[in-house]
Formats: sequence, structure tokens, C-alpha cells
Amino acid sequence: MASPLLSASTLHKTYGSGPGAFEALRGLDLDIAEGESVAITGKSGSGKSTLMHLLALLDRPTSGTITLDGTDTARLSARQLNRTRNSTFGFVFQQFFLNAQASVLDNVTLPLKIAGVPRRERTSRGLAALAQLELDDKADNRANDLSGGQKQRVVIARALINRPRVIFADEPTGNLDTATGGVVEDILFDLNRSQGISLVVVTHDDDLAARCDRSVQMRDGLIAAHEGVAA
Amino acid sequence: MKAVDVVATAFRNAFRSRLRTSLTVLAIFIGAFTLSLTNGLGTGINRYIDDTVASVGVDDVLTVTVTDDAFPTEGPAEYDPDQIEADGPPGATTTALTDDDLETVAGVDGVLAVEPVKAITTDYVQYDGGDRYQLGVAQFVPGMRAELASGRQVDLDAPGPELVLPEGHVEPLGLGTPVDAVGRTVVLAVTDGTGTQVTTEATVVGVAEPGVLSMGGAIPNDALAGTLYDLQTTGAPAAQAARYASASVTFDASAGPEAQQALVDRLADAGYTASTLEDQLGTLTSVIDAIVLVLNGFAVIALVAAGIGIVNTLFMAVQERTREVGLMKAMGLSSTRVFSLFSIEAVVIGLVGSALGVLAAIGVGQVVGGISGNLLPDLPGLTLIAFEPVTVAVVVLGVMGIAFLAGTLPALRAARQDPISSLRYE
Repeated sequence: MASPLLSASTLHKTYGSGPGAFEALRGLDLDIAEGESVAITGKSGSGKSTLMHLLALLDRPTSGTITLDGTDTARLSARQLNRTRNSTFGFVFQQFFLNAQASVLDNVTLPLKIAGVPRRERTSRGLAALAQLELDDKADNRANDLSGGQKQRVVIARALINRPRVIFADEPTGNLDTATGGVVEDILFDLNRSQGISLVVVTHDDDLAARCDRSVQMRDGLIAAHEGVAA
Repeated sequence: MKAVDVVATAFRNAFRSRLRTSLTVLAIFIGAFTLSLTNGLGTGINRYIDDTVASVGVDDVLTVTVTDDAFPTEGPAEYDPDQIEADGPPGATTTALTDDDLETVAGVDGVLAVEPVKAITTDYVQYDGGDRYQLGVAQFVPGMRAELASGRQVDLDAPGPELVLPEGHVEPLGLGTPVDAVGRTVVLAVTDGTGTQVTTEATVVGVAEPGVLSMGGAIPNDALAGTLYDLQTTGAPAAQAARYASASVTFDASAGPEAQQALVDRLADAGYTASTLEDQLGTLTSVIDAIVLVLNGFAVIALVAAGIGIVNTLFMAVQERTREVGLMKAMGLSSTRVFSLFSIEAVVIGLVGSALGVLAAIGVGQVVGGISGNLLPDLPGLTLIAFEPVTVAVVVLGVMGIAFLAGTLPALRAARQDPISSLRYE
């Protein structure tokens, strides 16, 4: 098997120090292959969010290594980390995190703006991403005026705009009703299949977890069970 | 993120919470407005004084007096029992210039001409047998030019006696309007050395507007001044006639300020104090500068208070946008850029507030300029509040600087935010 896209080994993460210290991850190993969809499940406090943050390079582990494409991410500078998160990763959050006052197009093109892409190219790529999610007619609307399902599609368009290799989704359907959630799931898995974008989904939803290639159940900072095709 | 995008985003962010930003801008506005107005006041008054000096046009004349050694320039005079006997009570005597002094001054290198200032005290002025009025004669400096309401300046070399009358005397004397007065002949009376009142006639060639240089008196030409002085000293002891309070020294002004200073130094070595009209006005200008400085100080206090308003506004903005900042950082925005976003937002608030404040001050200056002509009719040609582009630019840039400093604290807090905890922030 080819070397995995993301690989975590003996990952430890401790919050605080001394007697009040909390060990969120206790030496966890996980590989995620290119184009794979992985669900991370578990109860609150099991360490699944911590794991996602570490994999998404939003935080550094207390010990252990995370390699991206075979490179040890601990050796990347802050600037390289910023560029990696901007161009290699896409983020989908439960609470959307849209700028309510700004237009849909401005929200979608935010990662391009951060990357320093000129305005004209931002607009054309933003409209293309919105068209892909059938939202191009809403480009000039304020983000606040959209329904929940439309908002989450805007968030997915934003995650897609930099043509990422991995999309990290934290409870992507948590704020949506079943029907709308189903549509959003379909979009995410369609992207996973048609464009080969890896999916890392943190969820409580067993149905969503079951749709992933593989599901990792966490308990007390360790992987308690693997389901689906083992890596 | 590109610099242009950072500035554009900061601009838009500044007006996201319109009411809050407007209130902060208002505070800055008040400070900048006050600062511009006090500065403008200083500029206006000083410019008026400068203009008056320029219109006087005597930059090649020094006023020379005898340096009085009995009164040191610094500290109290040392007690000397012999000096009291010789000089009488301190301050009671003024050391006068004698003809010997005039010769000495004329001999100093660089002095082109020396003219004693003849102190003239007239008793009255009268026209056509009408009412008699008191009239001061201006301390005359060769080359002096008054601002005229009508007529012309006196011709120094004219053989006949000529005179420029102050505007205030024209109507009481029965001369009609300032234009009518020109060409008429008035009678001037002085008391001579024996106590007898004698009169002489002079032609009015011009009427002077009141100026800031206390030129309330009439300006005579050399012929008239000579006549009056001769009449006044007739019968007085000869020694007293040849005593003058000061003398006017003409020098070559085109030689530059260093040559002028050298001349002043040489005169000082010879025992004389020399000063230009500008030196004498310098005191006035520095008093005005000091007043303006104090007023500016108050305006700056207002600006500092407004700066704290900016700190407050931005702290609220940082708090409100915690999740947004977290999101942008998660998407790869560097801390430096986050810092720039918020500090430029502060500068934008400063720019808007100060630009509005300066514009309002210029507007008020225009209005006041229109009214001040009526309020201060004694000072024609005075623009009470004037603006120089440099001063205006300094005010705007200074306020932007204060705003930037105010913004650093909140901007640092935003830059240091951890993306994960920011995204979890409720």
C-alpha cells in the first residue's frame, strides 16, 4: 500500500500541567490514505475533536509525530503551516462560521483572499464553486439571509475553493434537519468519490459514520474500535 | 493576504458596527477639530503680525540704544553704594544717545547711515480753526510704511512738511472722509524750551488705517519732523537738544542674517544695543505661540481621551470577531496579518475622525473669518483663523499615529488568539 496522506503515531496531547493536567490523547496511531473517508466517533471528552485539530495542524501534539505526505509536520515553520492549512485543507464546521454581514461570494472566497489571490480570479473561482453547489444565484445575498442547508453548502463551497486534498468536517450535519443533512452528506461523499478528496468527519451520527469507508471509535484518548475496511 | 486586501477589509470592518464606530469617530473629531482650530488661531494671528512687519518694510533698519550696564540682563543688579550717589534712584535715568554716540555708531563697520530718533510731543492738531485734538507722533523709523485708507505714504525727501493722519482723527477734525482729507493743511502746536506754545502747518498726504503696531499717531516726513523738533528744542539748553533716546541705523540687509548678527555684535562691543523691528515683535509672537501651545495641550488631552475610546471600540470588535479571527487563522491567515487588520482599522477611525475634524475647523475658520471683520474692525486684514497645509497634514497624521498606538493593544490580543479556542468561543 502507498504511504498514507496523513499519518499519526504515538500521539499524546496533554492540556494543563501538574495535578490538574488532562491527557486528551494517550499515544494514538492513525493513518489516513489519499481519497479515503474516515469517521471519528466517540462520546464527548473522548478526544475526537483534539485528534481532528492535531491532524488539521491547528495545534501541535505534546509528543508523537504527524506526517503529511511523508514530511514531519513538527519541522514546518509557522508560515508553512499556514500555507498548508490554506491550500491543502478545507474546513466544514457545525456552526458554519460565516460572516453574516458579508455576501455569500465574499464568504466563499475568503481562503483565496487569505492566500493573496487577485480579486478577479477570486470572483471567477468563487462563482464556479458556488455553481458546483447550485448556489450561484445566491452569490450577492448576505450570508445571514440563507437557510441552514444553504449555509452549510456555502461552507462546503468555501472548503472546496482552494481545491484541497483533505476536508475536515466537524459535525457537518449537527445543525441541520435529517433531509437537509442528507443532502449535505451526499455532496460531501460525492466530492470524496469524484474528486478524490479525503474526508475526515467528526460525528455523533452513526448513520453518517456508516457511510464512511472507515469509522474509528474513540474512548479515553485511544482508539477503541475500528469499523469498516481496516487501513 | 495582499496588503490592498488588508486595507480594504480593515476599512469595511471599521464600519461594520456603524453606531459604535461613529461615536468613536465623533470623539476623535472633537479632538482634531479643537487642535486644528487652536493651531489655525496661532497661524492666523502670527501671519497677521508677519504681514504687518512686511508692510512696514524696515528689515534694513536697526534701532540702537545705549547699553545700560547698571542693569544686567540676567539676575539682580549688585549693590554698589557709590553708584547710587552718581546715578540717583535706579530706573530713574535713561541713558541717552549724544552726538558723540552717533559718531561712534556711524563709525562701526557695516553701518550705512545713522539717524537719531527725535522724540516729538505735540500739544494739539487743528484744521481750519475748528476743535483742537491731541495727536501723538509715531516713533518714526525710516522706510516705515503705514497701511493706508487713502492718499499715499509721506515723501521723506520732500521739502515741504507732510503728514499721514490716523483715520480716527479725520472726522473729528472736520476733514470729512479720508479721501477728502488728503491735500488739506492742518495746524500742529508744540511747546518750546521756554514754555511758549508755537504752531506750524503741514499737508495731509495720506490717512492711515489703525494697525497692530500701535501706530495711533501721525507719521511726519523728515521736513515736518525736523521743524517740529527744532520748534520744540528752541530755547532749551544745547546739551538737552542733542540727546536722543534711540537712533535708527541703516545697514545692508541683503548681506544675510549672519552679517546682520555680526553688525549687532560689533555694536554690542561698542556699548550699544541694536534690535530690528522683527526682534521687538518676536516677543509678541512668542507670547502668542505660548498661548497656542497651551490651547493645543488641551486639544491633545481630548485626543488622548479619544484614543482610549479607540482602544475600547477595538477591544469590543476583537471580542465580537473572536470566531471570525479564529476561522481566518485556521484558514492560514498569519498573526502579523491579523495584527495589521485591527491596527489599520484603528488608523481608519483616526483618519476619518481627523479628516472630518480638520474640514469642520476649516469651515468654521471661513465663517469666523467672515464675522471677525465686523467683530475686530480695528484690525483690518486679520484672518483670525488661518490654515497651512503642513499643519493640517501634521494634525491628520498625528491623529492617525495616536489611533495606531491605541489600536496596538487590541490588535495584539487578536493576533495572539489561538484558533481552536477562538472557534469554540460562544
